Amino acid sequence: MATPALTRPKPFLEAEYCKGCLRCIDACAKDCITQGEHIHAGTGMIPVHLDLEDCNGCQLCIQACPEPFGLRPQLPAETIEGDFDLEDPSKLFGAKATGLPAAVDHPGIELPLSASEPLMLKGTYASAIGALLAGCRHVFGYPITPSTEGAELMAKILPKLDGAFVQAVSEVAAVNMMYGCSGAGLPCITFTSSPGFSLMLEGVSYMIGAELPGVFVNIMRGGPGLGNIGPEQSDIKLACRGLGHGNTHGIVLAPATPQEMLDLTRLAFELSFKYRNPVVLLGDGYLGQMTGVVRLPATLTKPGLPAWAVWGDKEHRPNLICSIFLTESDLEAHNVHLNAKYAEIAAQEQRADLYRCEDAEVVLVACNTPARMAKGAVENLRKQGIKAGLFRPITLWPFPIDAFKPLLAHAQRIVMVEASHGQLEDELRLALSKAELDHPPITSVQRFGGMLPQQDEIEAGVRAAALSLEEVKA
Amino acid sequence: MSVFYDHFERHSHGEGLKGHSTHYCPGCGHGLAHRDLAEAIEALGIQDRTVLVSPVGCSVFAYYYFDVGNTQAAHGRAPAVAIGHKLANPDSIVISYQGDGDLASIGLAETVSTAQMGIPLTVIFINNAIYGMTGGQLAPTSLMGQKTSTSPDGRTSAMGMPLRMAELIAQLDGPVYVERVALYDAKQRIKARKAIEKALRIQKEGRGYAFIEVLAECPTHLKMNPTETEKWVKECMEPVYPLGVKKDLTVEPWWDSAKVPSFDAGKLLTLIGAGKEPPTRHAKTFPTHLGGNDISFKLAGSGGDGAQTAALLLARASINEGFDATNIPSYGPESRGGTSYADVHIAQEEVLNPAAPDPMVLVAFNAPSFAKFASTVRSGGVIIYDSTVVQDLPPVPEGVRVVGVPMTQVAQGLERPMVKNIVALGAIQAVTQIFPGETFLATIRTVLKDKPALLPLNEAAFAAGQRHALTPA
Repeated sequence: MATPALTRPKPFLEAEYCKGCLRCIDACAKDCITQGEHIHAGTGMIPVHLDLEDCNGCQLCIQACPEPFGLRPQLPAETIEGDFDLEDPSKLFGAKATGLPAAVDHPGIELPLSASEPLMLKGTYASAIGALLAGCRHVFGYPITPSTEGAELMAKILPKLDGAFVQAVSEVAAVNMMYGCSGAGLPCITFTSSPGFSLMLEGVSYMIGAELPGVFVNIMRGGPGLGNIGPEQSDIKLACRGLGHGNTHGIVLAPATPQEMLDLTRLAFELSFKYRNPVVLLGDGYLGQMTGVVRLPATLTKPGLPAWAVWGDKEHRPNLICSIFLTESDLEAHNVHLNAKYAEIAAQEQRADLYRCEDAEVVLVACNTPARMAKGAVENLRKQGIKAGLFRPITLWPFPIDAFKPLLAHAQRIVMVEASHGQLEDELRLALSKAELDHPPITSVQRFGGMLPQQDEIEAGVRAAALSLEEVKA
Repeated sequence: MSVFYDHFERHSHGEGLKGHSTHYCPGCGHGLAHRDLAEAIEALGIQDRTVLVSPVGCSVFAYYYFDVGNTQAAHGRAPAVAIGHKLANPDSIVISYQGDGDLASIGLAETVSTAQMGIPLTVIFINNAIYGMTGGQLAPTSLMGQKTSTSPDGRTSAMGMPLRMAELIAQLDGPVYVERVALYDAKQRIKARKAIEKALRIQKEGRGYAFIEVLAECPTHLKMNPTETEKWVKECMEPVYPLGVKKDLTVEPWWDSAKVPSFDAGKLLTLIGAGKEPPTRHAKTFPTHLGGNDISFKLAGSGGDGAQTAALLLARASINEGFDATNIPSYGPESRGGTSYADVHIAQEEVLNPAAPDPMVLVAFNAPSFAKFASTVRSGGVIIYDSTVVQDLPPVPEGVRVVGVPMTQVAQGLERPMVKNIVALGAIQAVTQIFPGETFLATIRTVLKDKPALLPLNEAAFAAGQRHALTPA
């Protein structure tokens, strides 16, 4: 009768992988293992000593060893007779962590969308439909006024498309569900409003660090704190300068109409995957709730699967989604890489809309719904003989300074129109400063507290600026 | 051991001994739990499908070792990240491997809500009664009297009593399998190995959520040698955290791991209500007779008056005529009672400013709305009000016409008070001649295409509104 010792391998230990924890000693019923006596020169640990004379190959010591390369079953080739020299580990185990070939990009495809009549949509719905057309079938969110309708529409539609809408336990959970879905390589979106966006920022920082795409629609409301649910633009600073901790930046898009809510949401997905970085869509409370005409694009995106995804299959098994770089030089290199990406975005992705700016002496600068009030004001002011024009940044970060620069040739006054205390103005001033551009005096028309600047207030502000200009000319 | 990398490339670039040694302290329970998990993954043949989520804590570096798809998560958020992965690829096997600070403190909300969702996920919870990575602070699972760096005189009840997670999770409806195991001797290690494999098998078979709590040793921060720590877990921890199966339901496989989202263009268009048929146009020109190529309206009343619906119909009618339109509703608390108003613009080309601070047309469904907005109506404009409820008219600006229509009375006559907004719409049409009546009727028919029974009522209400507007009392 064969004894177990003949059929089951005995343990094998390379001393340098033993940390001397001694957990194996109690596990051995035959007392084959004893505490070592000598400090290992390479590790500073005291490895155990094996005397396998009585070993029956029960392997309980192996199961007691916390180290993957500690006690292991002795393979036939490794049968030890007397002294031996250790193999070089890289020869023994191979240098590669995993033998799989690198994954490849599976690109998405554009499917034709037959022509349809224009829709009447409120801004949040338009954004949700933009996401659906961009190929997004995964939405994670937490209800908050005035953004919730986007999530509600998704909750209604996605089950019918075999997608998923999850109402998370909090915004914190929602952004981390996005981290997971995006880590798997698929497009995802959330709809939130200012206080909820604050809560998501930790996750946004992780996504930036791990280079994950994802679209955040923030329908800004009055703040700080709980504030109110009226429209404001006081998260511009947060989106442009404060996307969580660390060296972060993300493209910030500012739509002004329901149509742009759809168009820019689609663009947000494209840019988010292009740069492997979150993109923020900033709307104001009015824009989220406002109904307007929306025309659908000619195509629908069926997303592919990027090479970097952790999908859960063999091809993508070697991948890692991670924002940890423990070695300082590695983290510095990662930041240098991120900075190069930010620089490329700043150079490539500036977007702006100019209205009657070609000869404007007074340039109004506004985004979101206030830009529409400002547009109405420009129209009226022109009738009154004031050479006004509207510069509307569509990307707030990067600020479209390249498009603004030519206006400085004739602009005598700049009037900021915003529902915040100069947060857009700060972006403009920073961009002017970084570009080392001289600029005319900047004044502002501001409302906050859940109200937007109205057209008559804007016109009054511009007239005051124009008057000061006349005085200078006189 | 094929589920461990042959070489720990990610551990300090795999240099020297780190290429084959873990970062764990001697005798740490993580290593044993890792081994159990690796063996279970191998036994079930799910290595390629596995996604391991490792959040902050000592095990945050699990991706150094496991040759599976790896994702590293923020402190406490691993279950949420796991949901993201599982829903993105329902065929993946997603494991959330968490410590006690992560799972039972900062991530408690995610832990409980994910367990209650019950989607097939496997949570491995390493409970060693202390914070390891940050250096031995009080954990939610630290024992009463246990001295840690943040409970130097021992844990008191004021710091919270030890949290029994396996019991807490087991009493939820979502999970199908919950067990607490230990690693302190050979017998427990075998049980732990089996429990982890079972938890993974339940996910592989699409049966649901499983939670394995592993009582583990942290010799470094308990300031004992590994053997003493094993004894401590057995003698001190186990009485507080009894081992065993806490929940084990027999559930048939239900998870659809082959689910793939639809990208069918036609289906999507139907779902978002996009139609191919262009609406018939009834208007010959833009109603410039109302003052220019951009006309603003304000519709105001109380919640329930239907101001929002009337506003939407007005804007939609304009779109159907090929013009631009916007509608900004008031929203939030006041739309659930209290004042409810909407600003509508219709424009020949493009609505520039969608707000209506000085409307051309005001529709007031009640006296407060009349009082609040009458003075804002621009000269040449018109106020249409519900004469059933607004009795004493406040002064109105010069050059503003006032038309009373008994909207409530008419609606009551039709035995459906809710149609007073359609009566108002009829009045708007008749008073302003903005578009032909048929424009509005066609819009109403489109909106009610799924509720044809309501059509005659609405048509009657619209006609009554037109009639009363032209023959004011």
